[in-house]
Amino acid sequence: MTDATATPTPTKSLTTSDAHMKKRNAAEKRFKAYGIAAIGAGLFFLVVLLASILTNGLTAFQQTFIEVPVYLDPAKLDKKGNRDPEEMAKVSTFGYAPLLQDGIFAQVEQKGIETPLAKSKDMKALISASAAAQVRDRVLANPDLVGQTVNVRFLASSRVDGYLKDRVTRESVARDKNIDAEHLDLVDALRAEGMVEKRFNWDFITGADASESRPEQAGIGVSMIGSFFMMLVVLFLALPIGVAASIYLEEFAPQNRFTDLIEVNISNLAAVPSIVFGILGLAVFIQFMHLPQSAPIVGGLVLTLMTLPTIIISTRASLKSVPPSIRDAALGLGASKTQSVFHHVLPLAMPGILTGTIIGLAQALGETAPLLLIGMVGYIATNVPDGIAAGFLDPNSAMPAQIYEWAKRADPAYYERAWGGIIILLLFLFAMNAIAIILRRRFERRW
Amino acid sequence: MYDAPFSEKNVTSNAVKIAADGVQVYYGDTHAIKDVSVNINDKMVTAFIGPSGCGKSTFLRCLNRMNDTIDICRVEGDIRIDGEDIYDKRVDPVQLRAKVGMVFQKPNPFPKSIYDNVAYGPRIHGLARNKAELDEIVEKSLRRGAIWDEVKDRLHAPGTGLSGGQQQRLCIARAVATEPEVLLMDEPCSALDPIATSQVEELIDELRRDYSVVIVTHSMQQAARVSQKTAFFHLGNLVEFDDTDKIFTNPQDPRTESYITGRIG
Repeated sequence: MTDATATPTPTKSLTTSDAHMKKRNAAEKRFKAYGIAAIGAGLFFLVVLLASILTNGLTAFQQTFIEVPVYLDPAKLDKKGNRDPEEMAKVSTFGYAPLLQDGIFAQVEQKGIETPLAKSKDMKALISASAAAQVRDRVLANPDLVGQTVNVRFLASSRVDGYLKDRVTRESVARDKNIDAEHLDLVDALRAEGMVEKRFNWDFITGADASESRPEQAGIGVSMIGSFFMMLVVLFLALPIGVAASIYLEEFAPQNRFTDLIEVNISNLAAVPSIVFGILGLAVFIQFMHLPQSAPIVGGLVLTLMTLPTIIISTRASLKSVPPSIRDAALGLGASKTQSVFHHVLPLAMPGILTGTIIGLAQALGETAPLLLIGMVGYIATNVPDGIAAGFLDPNSAMPAQIYEWAKRADPAYYERAWGGIIILLLFLFAMNAIAIILRRRFERRW
Repeated sequence: MYDAPFSEKNVTSNAVKIAADGVQVYYGDTHAIKDVSVNINDKMVTAFIGPSGCGKSTFLRCLNRMNDTIDICRVEGDIRIDGEDIYDKRVDPVQLRAKVGMVFQKPNPFPKSIYDNVAYGPRIHGLARNKAELDEIVEKSLRRGAIWDEVKDRLHAPGTGLSGGQQQRLCIARAVATEPEVLLMDEPCSALDPIATSQVEELIDELRRDYSVVIVTHSMQQAARVSQKTAFFHLGNLVEFDDTDKIFTNPQDPRTESYITGRIG
């Protein structure tokens, strides 16, 4: 009786751990610490990257504008006085530039701003070279403005813009032939009068690229359209071809040497450097097929080739992940192979296929190297394509190519625009990834 | 010794539905089924028993040509349903499978509604001319699957949300919805608990009135309970095929006796 209630002393207590156990626990803790450190390092670099992109790029979305009343002198703009747009079109931007200078100078005198710049011509350094064209377009669209004094808001020169953004300083202008310290003093005074200010610059998002000497005018809009048409080509070629190829390989193809060879080659193609696809595009699409150079259709075809392996691999993986019991169930009911694939397997594989496609598209959207070889880098896209056919066939650039182009230009004002372009590109990538996640959630089913 | 059968073991029909003669199956170089000849009667439950890997499921899958989907599988010999060679070049396996339905080991409803699960077969075979007819087929099939009362209020709920036993009965209902003449069942109860198993077994006995049922099972008790004929497979050979009573009470082959008494397997 007493034996039954006595507690036996344990040979080895569970509450103390021996040396071996301690070693194992230490190893476990160490490994966890390594993992946390790795994630920490990754997050740190991500924060640094985002911070540097945002600090360098956000300023590109603001631009310095000058707003003054300008007297549109009929003696200069419409010498015959009949307001005939065709006659007035003969007056080039050179005829308009002095009017803007006069406009600013009149304000300087009127407000009594003291400046050693005593001539109207001295105002030239403040004004963007694009401003005269902007006013000319406005006048030609509405000839009745001639003879009136109208309030005009136009771009300041990139030096003035840089001064407001702390890129141009008094030290740096000492070596600058385009602008002097006196101009900067004048800008300060005009700013105090509210005639010079920074505003949000829609033209950066919607506008076209500009020549090397007018960074203040450059925008990413036209190359965005180029990217859009390329993505259309990629989507409408790579998705059907990729999905059809994967379905055939995964569901119908016999297992033999030939299909093995195809499989190995698809995997290899996914690892081929993108510039190889670029030179292939140059040789086949441009030199052999004589498609137009620098055209989004060629870019789209090259990126399609590049994206296909990604789409095929992810589509096959998602087809493979559909349980075979679903195929058996359909076949057992007398569904044909095609019916079982299209009624049951494909809908279940859809989230994976869409995710893979969008990731492939995002990859293609950010690809620059193949575009180098088909002439989409270095082309200055100054015009919005005229219609859908032109969108595919007219020379254009693409967003990453445009960013690369800006980054290599000499004027530091373009540096800011390159970062700004990166922000826009990243926004597109975020949006596409968000769509991928939403689609996956939307189509996901459990079984 | 074994549980009492649900019904009398008298043979109700002697009409041969499926006649297999000298069937050989190879998986690549492996000889999986060796010269199996068996006659399966109409309106009767035939059970295939045997240890794992003996080829009973492989043979079952020959009867509706599900083995066609496996590239390396090769079938030789002669299998006739109602006197027609099902491996004839002119036979479309899709048509064959509509005539020979199949229920699998693991319940595998489509990730769709209960209604769509049952309606899928009739839809692809064009068995219903309109919605009302389709509704009728679905109800009739679910009643035959002995699951109508449990699901009639939630026909549009997903079939995957049912319990395991309900899912399996749904799969049986789905199989009978295409109006097959033969029903193949590959270990239909191995993933089910005892209560669900007894429900499915009762159902199998019901189905015998309209179909020729072939069932592969690991459970000898189940074979004894539901079948009228039993075939014992061992290492790819058909060792013995006879009335269920006879197999379990008076086996002719020593291997059969060893298996049913638990010495091999």
